[in-house]
Amino acid sequence: MFFRTWQLLSSVVLGLVSAPAAMADWGLNMPQGITEVSQSIYELHMLIFWICVWIGVVVFGVMFYSIFKHRKSKGAVASKFHESLGLELLWTAVPTVILIAMAVPATSVLIQMYDTTNSDVDIKVTGHQWKWQYDYLGEDVGFFSNLTTTDDEIYNRTEKGENYLEEVDYNVVVPTGQKVRFLITSNDVIHAWWVPEIAVKKDAIPGYINESWAFIPEGQEGIYRGKCAELCGVNHGFMPIVLEAVTGDEYQVWLEEQRAGKIAEAALAQGDFTFDELMVEGAEVYARSCAGCHGTEGQGLGSVFPALAGSEMALNDMAGHIDIVLNGKPGSAMQSFSAQLSDVEIAAVITFERNAWGNDTGEMVTPKMIIDAKK
Amino acid sequence: MNSNSPLPDENSGHKPNNTALKLVIAAVAMFGFGFALVPLYDIFCEITGINGKTGGPVERVEQWVDTSRTITVQFITTNNAGMPWEFEALQEEVEMHPGAWTQVEFWALNPTANDMVGQAVPSVSPSEAAEYVQKTECFCFDQQTLKAGEGRKMPLIFSLDPKLPSHVKKVTMSYTLFDAGAFAK
Amino acid sequence: MTTATASHDDHDDHGHHGPAKGIMRWVLTTNHKDIGTMYLWFAFAMLLTGGVMALIVRAELFQPGMQLIRPEFYNQMTTMHGLIMVFGAIMPAFVGLANWMVPLMIGAPDMALPRMNNWSFWILPFAFGMLLFTLFTEAGAPNFGWTFYAPLSTTYAPSSVTYFIFGVHMMGISSIMGAINIIVTILNLRAPGMTLMKMPLFVWTWFITAYLLVAVMPVLAGVVTMMLMDIHYGTAFFDAAGGGDPVLFQHVFWFFGHPEVYIMILPAFGIVSQIIPTFARKPLFGYASMVYATSSIAFLSFIVWAHHMFTVGLPLQTELFFMYATMLIAIPTGVKVFNWVSTMFRVSMTFETPMLFALAFVVLFTIGGFSGLMLAIAPADFQYHDTYFVVAHFHYVLVPGALFGIIAGVYYWLPKWTGHYYNENLGKFHFWMSFIGVNITFFPMHFVGLAGMPRRIPDYALQFADFNAIATVGAFIFGFSQLIFLFLLIKTIRGGEKATDQVWEGAEGLEWTIPSPAPYHTFAEPPHVK
Repeated sequence: MFFRTWQLLSSVVLGLVSAPAAMADWGLNMPQGITEVSQSIYELHMLIFWICVWIGVVVFGVMFYSIFKHRKSKGAVASKFHESLGLELLWTAVPTVILIAMAVPATSVLIQMYDTTNSDVDIKVTGHQWKWQYDYLGEDVGFFSNLTTTDDEIYNRTEKGENYLEEVDYNVVVPTGQKVRFLITSNDVIHAWWVPEIAVKKDAIPGYINESWAFIPEGQEGIYRGKCAELCGVNHGFMPIVLEAVTGDEYQVWLEEQRAGKIAEAALAQGDFTFDELMVEGAEVYARSCAGCHGTEGQGLGSVFPALAGSEMALNDMAGHIDIVLNGKPGSAMQSFSAQLSDVEIAAVITFERNAWGNDTGEMVTPKMIIDAKK
Repeated sequence: MNSNSPLPDENSGHKPNNTALKLVIAAVAMFGFGFALVPLYDIFCEITGINGKTGGPVERVEQWVDTSRTITVQFITTNNAGMPWEFEALQEEVEMHPGAWTQVEFWALNPTANDMVGQAVPSVSPSEAAEYVQKTECFCFDQQTLKAGEGRKMPLIFSLDPKLPSHVKKVTMSYTLFDAGAFAK
Repeated sequence: MTTATASHDDHDDHGHHGPAKGIMRWVLTTNHKDIGTMYLWFAFAMLLTGGVMALIVRAELFQPGMQLIRPEFYNQMTTMHGLIMVFGAIMPAFVGLANWMVPLMIGAPDMALPRMNNWSFWILPFAFGMLLFTLFTEAGAPNFGWTFYAPLSTTYAPSSVTYFIFGVHMMGISSIMGAINIIVTILNLRAPGMTLMKMPLFVWTWFITAYLLVAVMPVLAGVVTMMLMDIHYGTAFFDAAGGGDPVLFQHVFWFFGHPEVYIMILPAFGIVSQIIPTFARKPLFGYASMVYATSSIAFLSFIVWAHHMFTVGLPLQTELFFMYATMLIAIPTGVKVFNWVSTMFRVSMTFETPMLFALAFVVLFTIGGFSGLMLAIAPADFQYHDTYFVVAHFHYVLVPGALFGIIAGVYYWLPKWTGHYYNENLGKFHFWMSFIGVNITFFPMHFVGLAGMPRRIPDYALQFADFNAIATVGAFIFGFSQLIFLFLLIKTIRGGEKATDQVWEGAEGLEWTIPSPAPYHTFAEPPHVK
């Protein structure tokens, strides 16, 4: 008895005394977040939480009082009363009033969350197995975003980095001081895009476009990390989101860099590369785009994901190899990578796959070959 | 349910079976209800326009054009997994007045060595705008067949009902292209 | 409250020879006590099986990184754990308790449809055998979550999905037949004088639960049939390529799924409503109100389903409706808690093991109810949905909720079934280990969920490590404590202090008017209830 009461009392006291915001720092509470909406949600959360705590204190208080006082071992004698219409009405009416009081601010926050009109920036977010794709509407900027935590870290061969499982190759960059609308869909199964600090979570459903929005105030520039929040297959836990909020000016500069980068990539593809340059780039591309399924040593995964080390295609079928990377294999989990990777990256990774792990074909696939294959 | 003498006597020996039979019928009816939810769901979405689903073709009628406001309409396309066609909106966005009829075009090309059948599935954002989107012609109404290597332009002719709520200033029309070979008609 | 003139049926007067011998007794039995026993042992076996899966999950989650299993097997473990616990442990356990106790509580000689009763049980080992067998196939067991959303469970599913669908069908038929049996029994076989408003609350809650089962299990059958057709017969219920809709799946599934969770708790409400008055020595407070509250919960359970879908992209008015309806369901639930607390007020309480589990139920289920109320607040749910906050919520209502209710019922009625009192010290030890284990396991999950940890992930970012480690320790404590229960059950069946007819000082009801152990056939003559 004592243990149970002590447990309950101490958690109640802890809850009452510690500042909820401090609890967030200890990883105990929801973050307040950086937007007006996220803070409204946090306040709703704390309001319903305290209502529950106080109801609990009263109800459990009466209960524990009985447990201590109304025991046979203390000589208590049972009374006979076992109904009271008045009490029933009272404890039906009071919770009803409390709930109606709760419903009012909840309704107003929900209405606010649903108002996606008048956005300044529109970003289409597409969930894939197992990465996110971002397209900035009207800006000619688009890219894929993959987890960069290595297999070695996941399988405990090396030390885990600070942002273990929360780091990607390309962040989704948004400007502060502007309303950003997210148009969310999926390429395959249902995913969900979630960034807690801006309180945006929406299911990514194939065939549908869902929408959400965020207005990050100026002064809240920074990096905010999110996760996929709907089971989407084997690597559901390995497709995070990194949102980078920058000032409006920095955002414009970034957009320009992206556009220039695309042109530069295309120009680069016309150039010449050495075998070693392709191998180095290829190893890096492989690690972030392929190893998740095909394994760090090209070993594959049983019958689910084919091995590349020693495979027929990697050793003897260059045309087939190029085709499958560019176009994917319909009916399987192997996607088309022609939109996700540049011509240089594709050439490099195929070169790498044909020469790594003892494959040693000595063959080199150049970006020009990839451009030709696309025609 | 009279309750004073619920045990069956000799004459009412069939009583438990009646209840049992009714419950079996109820169970079967609920199974049917589960299937009935399929068309019910579609009808509900169509009538209310909620969920971002647009309706089928409408008759083109000349209607009042609300020149006092301009709506930005964006077009986005998505290829579902395993759908390798080129598929894009030839216009990224248009500005139009509610009530005016507008035509935009999409481009689709089948780069494979096989004939394929595609189905475009529309979705509108904000979803409340969906019931105000009127289409007389849309490649999304039918399956589209493209032979190996074939490409063509596909038109969309639509207007926004002038009753579109005034707070809506931007409408995004999204089309997801699926490989409908398994469902070819 | 019923009072009954005792009718002692301690011998058969029809020339029966008691139960048959050997294994065929169990295969062919139509006796509600035998069938109840089989359901309970089956459920316990499934509890341990699902429990091992949970321990595998928790062992992997003990530290960040993948140490023991690979992500694809992890998804099979979480899926199977859910399926087995929901459909193999909790539901059959409640059916087992119903089989044993409903006829005794209403003064009936057996269930109304005894042969269907036998079928209802025997389907289950086959259904779950088939499901468990998929673990050993190359494609592996179902891996799409116990909620099996399309298209992950249709277009992208492993081949075991077909066995999963057949297993669900079989198990569903078992539940529907069982529910029909219970309704027909309660409507037709009550002893003279037992009006509906004199029935024990366990009978009432099972009566209502049975209607819920008849209403929604067929809808589950419908949705898995649609899946089967999409996967094998070229239809497109949930495939947008053919004009279908993945969100339709969620609507139909949760139309079943929400009443399902009330199916899993209402009988526990009934059990607790029997136990507390017994050990408090005072009648249940507000009997009529408890009946109305349970009925309200059952009605409301049909109109709240989309609170599982708040982030799917529902239209605003739909989302608001479901938020309001879900908040509303808190009211009758609260009424029940207040009534239990009032039942305990100004009484003469003792703390035998069933009472300990029942008291823990009231506190811990209520905590689960509080997190449920928080989840109902739709804007806040955008931060809770698909995180460990939800996992904490439903484990609180299901483990120290439903499961503690079942365990409480087993301890309460065990002396009646076996004729022996169980060892009270061992029972209390089981209770305290379970209570401590359950809280250490699930309370930290509230925190990691709020801090941003999603569900159904085999590995997590470093800031979630400490609480995950704590939860794993709690899980092992809780899991191994159930072996104490197993030991205790076997010990009590084999022997112990002889139990009286009434067993507990404050116990009232027809089941306490017959001898302990309960004779194979009881109430061949209906008792008269005043």
